[in-house]
Amino acid sequence: MNWNRKDLLGLRELSADEINFVLETADAFKQVGTREIKKVPALRGKTLINFFVEPSTRTRTSFELAAHRLSADVINIAASTSSLSKGETLKDTARNLEALHADILVLRHSSAGAPQFLAQRLKSSVINAGDGAHEHPTQGLLDIYTIREKRGKIAGLRVAIVGDILFSRVARSNIFGLTKLGAEVTLVGPSTLVPREFEKLGVKVSHKIENVLPEADVVNLLRIQHERQRKEYFPGIGEYTTLFGLTKERAKLLKPDCLIMHPGPINRGVEIDSEVADGLQSVILDQVTNGLAVRMAVLYLCGGIST
Amino acid sequence: MDAEAIRRALRRIAHEIIEQNTDLKSVVLAGIPLRGVEIAQRLAEFVREVAKSKIETGTIDVAMHRDDVGTRAELPMVHASKLPLPLEGRTVIIVDDVLFTGRTARAALDAISSFGRPARIQLAALVDRGHRELPIRADYVGKNLPTATREQIQVRLQQIDNEPDAVWLLKE
Repeated sequence: MNWNRKDLLGLRELSADEINFVLETADAFKQVGTREIKKVPALRGKTLINFFVEPSTRTRTSFELAAHRLSADVINIAASTSSLSKGETLKDTARNLEALHADILVLRHSSAGAPQFLAQRLKSSVINAGDGAHEHPTQGLLDIYTIREKRGKIAGLRVAIVGDILFSRVARSNIFGLTKLGAEVTLVGPSTLVPREFEKLGVKVSHKIENVLPEADVVNLLRIQHERQRKEYFPGIGEYTTLFGLTKERAKLLKPDCLIMHPGPINRGVEIDSEVADGLQSVILDQVTNGLAVRMAVLYLCGGIST
Repeated sequence: MDAEAIRRALRRIAHEIIEQNTDLKSVVLAGIPLRGVEIAQRLAEFVREVAKSKIETGTIDVAMHRDDVGTRAELPMVHASKLPLPLEGRTVIIVDDVLFTGRTARAALDAISSFGRPARIQLAALVDRGHRELPIRADYVGKNLPTATREQIQVRLQQIDNEPDAVWLLKE
């Protein structure tokens, strides 16, 4: 197959073949990082705008570095410095960016669907860098890429995703991507944050982490998003750690080759103990390295077709 | 060209490579995916057989170095490049199935330079069909096939295409 999408909005709308296409392309771009000159001219002359209406450092930096390695020019705009704070609508801001001949718009937004709204209205490529609690497709892709790299396959693997699933776009992108590629996904967390409703997406739901850990091939721990928590959903940090944290003791339940993942930033001592995060089974830093390769692949593919 | 003609052409190129390169151990046969990689493998076998010398092979993907990114509605798969490093002091021979406009070869030159600075870079092609758009020529050619621009050259190799080896000239 060939690639023909200008936008990456979510993993829900991608086919298994398209996901594999991005992963294989990322293999080629990961190799670029080992060259003497870690830069290729693929997007030379293109302009990428990192438009982050919600704060983010690692995702923005990763996209920025990926764009630099592809020879694109990069402009960063944060919500606080944009005219959104003066009352300009999202569409008007974006149309202004397009009038500057931006070829690729990387958008992080607190509202689900914002990237899709713009993708339908702009000629530029739109890459979703996280929209509300909807999707964070490049994070999903880099998680899947890392699993595939370490385990050689996705199909048949048992993947546990632990934490605040209800408000997590990372969880949704992982669920869509992993189930399409044939993994068996189990969501783990308190019933307020992991309602049974999720079973409709073809995954299992568990409220007891000890039952899931011994069988898992991968444990992906989501960050507890203090900034999004409301009292009615979340009991308290201490109680969460007691019931669902990956402590040293609980980590002993894992199979020796089980991968431990976390999208970062880590809350040490909350969702994961320091010793576990820094242990041999942890691939947390591989995720960061792979994120760069995956984002290069996505920018190359979406930004590299004629629109 | 049929399978036997292809075999003879590649064998002759192997002889020429041996003649031109006194130190075969410093040579890298770098194939351009997909068929260039297979042709590089076959050339390496002939060189080993004839010269009783080792010769290394590699892969050089040009997709991310092309000058037409952004002009096509669909993008083909990018493959990872794989070259024995460092390239300093070595001779890299770019291997492709068809030499046409020269743009792929130019992209390959650019790609190789991101890995290092070889002593020499040469170019080998199974078929040279003419119509160059850049000042590029091949050092080793299996067969010169004068063509019209609207004609197509189709190379088929058993290992890649699951069809008998052949080079077809498609009219219209």
